[in-house]
Amino acid sequence: MSQRTPTSAPPRAPWSYTRFQQRFAPYLFVSPFFLLFAVFGLFPLLFSLFLAFHLWSPLDGVGNWKFVGFENFQLALGPTDMFWKSLKNTLWIGLLSGIPQHLVALPLAFIIHHSLRRFQGAFSTILFLPYITNAVAIAIVFATLYSERLGILNYLGGLVGLDPVRWLGDPNMVPYSVAAVVFWRYVGWNTVLYLSGLQAISEDVYEAATVDGAGAWQKFWYITLPLLRPMMFYAFTLTIVGSMQLFEEPFMLLNDGGGSGGAGLTSAMHIFNTAFRDLDMGYASAMSWLLFLAIFALSMLNNYLFSRDGGNR
Amino acid sequence: MKKSAAFALATALLLGTAHAQEKVTLTVAAFPSLDSAIKAILPAWTKLHPNVTINLQAQQFADHHNAMTTALATGQGLPDVMAIEIGYVGKFAEGQGLENLNSAPYSAAQYKKLFTPFTIAQATGSDGRFIAMPTDIGPGTFFYRKDVLDKAGVNPLTMQSSWENYIASGKKIKQKTGAYLVNTAASVYNLVIRTNLKSGEGIYFDKQNNLLVGPDSARFVRAMTLAKQVRDAGLDAKIGEWSNEWYDAFKKGTVATQFSGAWLQGALQNWMAPDTKGLWRVQNLPEKGFASWGGSFYAIPSKAKNKQWAWEFIKFMTLNQGSQITAFQDNGAFPALIAAQKDKAFSEPVEFLGGQKARVLWRDAAAKTQPIDVNKYDSVADQILQTELTNVLEQGKDIKQALADARAQIARRAR
Repeated sequence: MSQRTPTSAPPRAPWSYTRFQQRFAPYLFVSPFFLLFAVFGLFPLLFSLFLAFHLWSPLDGVGNWKFVGFENFQLALGPTDMFWKSLKNTLWIGLLSGIPQHLVALPLAFIIHHSLRRFQGAFSTILFLPYITNAVAIAIVFATLYSERLGILNYLGGLVGLDPVRWLGDPNMVPYSVAAVVFWRYVGWNTVLYLSGLQAISEDVYEAATVDGAGAWQKFWYITLPLLRPMMFYAFTLTIVGSMQLFEEPFMLLNDGGGSGGAGLTSAMHIFNTAFRDLDMGYASAMSWLLFLAIFALSMLNNYLFSRDGGNR
Repeated sequence: MKKSAAFALATALLLGTAHAQEKVTLTVAAFPSLDSAIKAILPAWTKLHPNVTINLQAQQFADHHNAMTTALATGQGLPDVMAIEIGYVGKFAEGQGLENLNSAPYSAAQYKKLFTPFTIAQATGSDGRFIAMPTDIGPGTFFYRKDVLDKAGVNPLTMQSSWENYIASGKKIKQKTGAYLVNTAASVYNLVIRTNLKSGEGIYFDKQNNLLVGPDSARFVRAMTLAKQVRDAGLDAKIGEWSNEWYDAFKKGTVATQFSGAWLQGALQNWMAPDTKGLWRVQNLPEKGFASWGGSFYAIPSKAKNKQWAWEFIKFMTLNQGSQITAFQDNGAFPALIAAQKDKAFSEPVEFLGGQKARVLWRDAAAKTQPIDVNKYDSVADQILQTELTNVLEQGKDIKQALADARAQIARRAR
């Protein structure tokens, strides 16, 4: 052996199954995920990026698209289009539903964790129910609540002498009505998140504080809040992303037009309408990417606010 | 083995016609209540063509059209026969995925005169391709509560004569009976913009794709002005269609008039307000406006597997008088086939409408309905204008300004 090529590396061993499988089997085993991701994750992503620069109606068939450069983006960012309005609606409904969600969920979790521990399971289940309730059932229940003439809310209001409110008819009222449903649906989810965060905080810290004479309020402010920070960051991020992609609740309550004057038309609904009702896939894709950028920017802002002086408090 | 082969041969000889018939499965995609009509007609079809099995794929209205859009985009999962509703037929006509029925082997041009004329235009693209055969139509009509109008001392013919008289009568009705004139002011707007169009005009665009919406468009200014008058006089109940309030208003008679398709009579009678039998009447729309309110079509995708049988099936559904009558009896689908409209069932009085011979009225209205040009940006224009109309009605926005804003928005989107 060494006679032939003394200077070269040892010659290749003949093909061996063991070597082959050691080298390639791992790739084979992880390939289902990558294949599925490529088909259902990567491809749509790239295709939508491609479409964002084209004018295409799906009815023209694959291949019959026209390159239009940045026209779709200009259209979305131009002064007169619904995209701005839908983004404004989305942010407004997001603030109206998101801030109360956390203002309620955090103290609620604290109270359940410290004072109602015996019923913790029952409370979490009840609070979590809206989150797992079927969307159609929610639509029916809230339609019954919000109905102007036949609704329970206006009936109760009438008992105390209030004029009927057009919950889903008055453009100024629509964002509040939608936000209320979103709040109701996700406040339990956030409470459960915070509860699990609280459970991770060691009892010793609280005991030490009690020994030092701290009251319930002081414990909440100086122990719970700082130690819940990572969980708050997580919950805030989920709320931001969820609010910016809000679709289901306004769609159920208001149908695709977004209600009176489009006051409840969120960006996701506008994108959906543009794509599947107006069949303008390029414009819809461009708006999707703009929405993604907006979500990205807000998430980064959230990240920045939470990470700033994070450890040195 | 031999025995069974011989038996099979004998059966084939007994059952088969002169030429051996192959087994065919035809996929038909439809939505309610067209699927129910197909099911009702199916026995007659099977009798005629026992070798062709129909595989009916029914989905909800929006799901069906979304699925068909996707199928046309990708060329995958297309049915042999595709049902299309009027709201989509214009868009589908502009796409390239459906067979042009004008050309051979279909040569549908010869059948066009057999249908209510405006339906043919609806299924014809701007390039002249005829992509779908009409099966049912929705003649627009003016429903009114006779008891409410009588109580208010209002003559329905006055209401019909002009929109101004319609609103004046509405004030009288509100004053005398407390009933609202109409469910929403937007109904008046929606009707005015789609009636009495000039030839070659669509609702929002003309044949040359020129945008017709704007502060100078008399039709849109008038439509919004009338709607605003209705709202300001407190004559509309501010009720959306297909809501619980809407059904409740029909049941209690709190709204005196409703513009809709003739099919609303069936819905009122069957489930919306069966107890109001005999209280309703119909007449033609105000100012001799004739409008179509719904309708369905059948098309053949270019990538369909069994185009020949698909065409046979479509012809059986649309050109066969018996099929059209069966559909009418099944769910009130008003035939697009003129010959079927002459069936004796159409001159019978309608009990629900107090014995009025309403179908004769609808048949004549359908014949007078003008074809309206469709444009693929109609849905864009529609949404933008509905939003501006709400601004006018709810926030007191100036009408000319609203129309100017709408024009700018639509112009940007219609590329």
